[in-house]
Amino acid sequence: MSAAIALPVSDPVHDKRLTQALLYVDDIKVTFDGYRALRGLSLTLMPGEMRAIIGPNGAGKTTMMDCITGKTRPDTGQVIYDGVHDLTRMDEAAIAELGIGRKFQKPTVFESQSVADNILLALKGPRAATASLFGWRNRVERAQIDAILETVGLIAHRGRPAADLSHGQKQWLEIGMLLAQDPKLLLVDEPVAGMTDAETEATATLLRRIARDHAVIVVEHDMHFVRALQCRVTCLHEGAVLAEGSIDSVSADPRVVEVYLGR
Amino acid sequence: MRRCLVLLLVAWCTAWCVTWALPAAAQTGSDAAYARLASDSYSDIEAGIAALATSGDPKAGAVLRALAENRLLYRPDDKALAIKDGATVTDARTGAAVGPDGLKPVRVNNRVRRAIDAALGTLNLLAPDAATRRTAADAVFKARDVAALPALDAALARETDASAKRSLQEARAAALLAKPGSPEIDRLAAVDTIQNRGDSEALGILRGLSGDAASSVRDAAARGVSAIETRQALMANVQNAWYGVSLGSVLLLAAIGLAITFGVMGIINMAHGEMVMLGAYTTYLVQELIRQRAPGLFDWSLPIAIPLAFLVAGAVGILIERTVIRHLYGRPLETLLATWGISLILQQAVRSVFGPTNREVGAPSYMSGAFDLFGLSITWGRLWIVVFAMAVFVALNLILKATSFGLKTRAVTQNRRMAAAMGIRTPWIDAFTFGLGSGIAGVAGVALSQIDNVSPNLGQGYIIDSFLVVVFGGVGNLWGTLVAALTLGVANKFLEPYAGAVLGKILLLVFIILFIQKRPRGLFALKGRAVEA
Amino acid sequence: MLLSRIDKPGWIFLGVLALACLVVPALNLMTAPGSALHVPTYAVSLMGKYLAYAILALSLDLVWGYCGILSLGHGAFFALGGYAMGMYLMRQIGPRGVYGNPILPDFMVFLNYKSLPWYWHGFDWFPFAAVMVLLVPGILAFVFGWLAFRSRVTGVYLSIITQAMTFALMLAFFRNDMGLGGNNGLTDFKDILGFNVQAQGTRVALFVLTALALALAYLVARFMTTSAFGKVLIAIRDAESRTRFLGYRTAHYKALAFTVSAMMAGVAGALYVPQVGIINPSEFAPANSIEAVIWVAVGGRGTLVGAALGAVLVNYAKTLLTGAMPDAWLFALGALFVVVTLFLPKGILGTLTERLGSRRAKARLPGPKPGDIPPALAEEGRGS
Repeated sequence: MSAAIALPVSDPVHDKRLTQALLYVDDIKVTFDGYRALRGLSLTLMPGEMRAIIGPNGAGKTTMMDCITGKTRPDTGQVIYDGVHDLTRMDEAAIAELGIGRKFQKPTVFESQSVADNILLALKGPRAATASLFGWRNRVERAQIDAILETVGLIAHRGRPAADLSHGQKQWLEIGMLLAQDPKLLLVDEPVAGMTDAETEATATLLRRIARDHAVIVVEHDMHFVRALQCRVTCLHEGAVLAEGSIDSVSADPRVVEVYLGR
Repeated sequence: MRRCLVLLLVAWCTAWCVTWALPAAAQTGSDAAYARLASDSYSDIEAGIAALATSGDPKAGAVLRALAENRLLYRPDDKALAIKDGATVTDARTGAAVGPDGLKPVRVNNRVRRAIDAALGTLNLLAPDAATRRTAADAVFKARDVAALPALDAALARETDASAKRSLQEARAAALLAKPGSPEIDRLAAVDTIQNRGDSEALGILRGLSGDAASSVRDAAARGVSAIETRQALMANVQNAWYGVSLGSVLLLAAIGLAITFGVMGIINMAHGEMVMLGAYTTYLVQELIRQRAPGLFDWSLPIAIPLAFLVAGAVGILIERTVIRHLYGRPLETLLATWGISLILQQAVRSVFGPTNREVGAPSYMSGAFDLFGLSITWGRLWIVVFAMAVFVALNLILKATSFGLKTRAVTQNRRMAAAMGIRTPWIDAFTFGLGSGIAGVAGVALSQIDNVSPNLGQGYIIDSFLVVVFGGVGNLWGTLVAALTLGVANKFLEPYAGAVLGKILLLVFIILFIQKRPRGLFALKGRAVEA
Repeated sequence: MLLSRIDKPGWIFLGVLALACLVVPALNLMTAPGSALHVPTYAVSLMGKYLAYAILALSLDLVWGYCGILSLGHGAFFALGGYAMGMYLMRQIGPRGVYGNPILPDFMVFLNYKSLPWYWHGFDWFPFAAVMVLLVPGILAFVFGWLAFRSRVTGVYLSIITQAMTFALMLAFFRNDMGLGGNNGLTDFKDILGFNVQAQGTRVALFVLTALALALAYLVARFMTTSAFGKVLIAIRDAESRTRFLGYRTAHYKALAFTVSAMMAGVAGALYVPQVGIINPSEFAPANSIEAVIWVAVGGRGTLVGAALGAVLVNYAKTLLTGAMPDAWLFALGALFVVVTLFLPKGILGTLTERLGSRRAKARLPGPKPGDIPPALAEEGRGS
């Protein structure tokens, strides 16, 4: 019990963190050639939390992900990770090293490499060129990779080029890569697009399992899937937050119904 | 030694006399002048020239020209003058044939030659043709001939043509400045007139002000010199800028077709330079045909070649697109290699047919010569190339912006599947857009045939420059290509005086390489998510 | 450990090289000039030249085949290595030049140089020159690559600026002011390490050295590409942005691969120069660099052995054709570019191994079943 009292949370003097939140997005704005993709978006995610983001096309969901992962630099605003890191000043690789993983809308795996090598590349560990030329990554135990492949059901395909996998299998491989990366925060963009109902349900299960020890942000259109995630929901519209709360309160919000769900 | 002194004294005396006695000599008729010319003393000859010029003698011009061409002879015994014309010798005064006995040429040195020029100038000051009068006035201006002052005054009183009048006034001002003891007020006005002329001659006159000038005149002249120098420095920059614009137009011509195939369609066409080369060879063929069949049409060779070059290069472009490039869409690096191969084949094909040496492409009359614009010397060839480049640019912009073909092209390049769904036949659009870019390159070849060697290697010289222009300007942006071409052209011409042509070019290449690091998408890049993906 | 990473084509390749090292010298030195088995010395040097080209192709394959960097300026690194070796060879001429100046090479005497330019110092000492063969191309590649990769210049943009780089270098080396022989370059070499460069024994030794260098280059490249480093390179080639999101600093990887590759190209140039006896600015010509790309494409990119094979085959064909029908060579080369990119995108070796590989693979692995759900998750999903 005494350990709980010594948690840094209760030590405001020595805690350099600006916020308790794992991810603190504050008033970010992004403009593409005059088109305002984000118009002052703010969002807070606590450690270990799972959050679903919904919103119509062009609401800024993917641009928000891009800002968090360093692909796009916002014109103004801050993205604070873990209370100390300003992500708007870092590049993709540095952000990934902090423990932020991303799964893309379209499954992007390394097609010409084997399934096992895809996992090997994703495995948590030093990313420097020297480490991969002479270091441990050349001596990774087969069992470590196989354990992950077992989880995502691709163990039978470990030696095949990833290009040979079906669409669904590539989605699983990508989730396997995220598991290997073991990030603190997971950004998942439309994970169930193009999946069958059974696959969708299985994916929801997997994400819930991952959310037990990771913070997760899921962008999704499929309202059944979002409901199955059983988490807080944020609805974006025209580059800003329109509504936030439980799935029931958000889907009952008249503005959300107006712009997104339809009457 | 003593003889020398005596001679000098005589020469000085005669010169002095001539200066004062000149109006009198004019009235006594031309006989005295003829007598003076028949001499072996340069001073006498010079005086005779001046006397003859103002004598009003109708034969004066012929005599002076003969003197200038060393055809004027004299007989020391009787001071007879004769003009030799080929084999015949005629008496200068009467025009009657005379025998060659005892005749020897009147000697001419540089001072005499200047005097002849000035005298001929004086004669021409009253010529009926305004252009001749202007030229004559300029000659007097350059000679700073004090002796011509009376003639100038007479001419000025009669002059009606504005530009000839200005030239006469300048000549008068120059003479006034050179004339010893002319009043300060006249000299100040003269300095003003000469400063307004503003060229190197004016600069020379103001710098070489005669020793007896008042300090106010000197100050005015010094101000005039610095004003002219400032103006000349400015003109040098303007001239450089013009050369730069001219080079930029060449770059624009070479690159603009690529701005379509690479910039708009995203196809790396390494055979682009060969399309330019085909256009140049088309021009050559058109000219050959005209030379053989209808030499009178030579001036029409370029207007005829332009559409033909467009069709030839465009057709070859469409052929390449249909047979090779369309199989490689989405694989830019492979396209690069395949089109490089095509460029080798086209070069070798042209080499096999026309031979490896340069082919002669002539310039029509309107492409040769130069004219003067506020002191800038502008060659017609360069001017037409600049005009042509701009015309091509405008035409291309119109095609892309204002025609349904252009609309479809933009639709296909922005969203191929959507365009296809709208009923646009995308393969057809691809082929014709590529054909358009290639055709434009061919048209550029017509212009470049006028300034570059028409050889199978013509295109190779432009390919790297063209790509750099398009990349520097920003891919997919025609205006960017225009700005990039002109910027690089002007920068090149301003670097050349300091770094030399080759080093200047190297510096520009290094600059572009570094620039692309800073802005990988060029000067006027499209921003946004679509580009990133 | 390295030996276990060499595949079957690799072993065949190394075997052929070893055989060449034994057989070619034997057939040159131990047979009579008239005999049917005799390999004339000029042919030994010609083969040596092919092998130097093979090293260049191998270096290009390392960056293009594995990392997707299509360098159209590798000829520049090759030429820089060649110039470093050429400078050493020029200094070895000593007083035997036409002008007999013990310090200054002939062209400097001709151009009224009073003393040796600073960058020529040290090149009379072979170890220094040998280090420069690696360092000069390496440093240029590192600086160029670092700038370009950090700014994320990729694809054709990178190709175009590498081409501009070699073009700029060509213009620079054509200048007499460079102090490197201008138009004529460096030539009239006499000795290398005290041996006459024209001598039969030296030529054979240079051939063997080139073959050994090719083998070493292959082993280095093979080591790099089969390590996790190579897997990252391939990942960068296929999906660079995805690799960045995994936390890899792709610019570092690319710069390292580019630098190592440029050093290999430099070594190739250094071995090329004493065997052909001249180095001049035309080696920087952009066309040369593109020609090297087609060697790699013909042999099969991303195979290493294929690149070397392609270099030897294409250059052998070039020797044959330019001798028999000079006009036909450019047609043939041009057609090769088109045909290989259209019909043989994997090259000779790539196509061969794919044929063999797919025949075996069909027997072993089950085909993918779309919609396969991982059993573990499927059960858990049902449970919840």
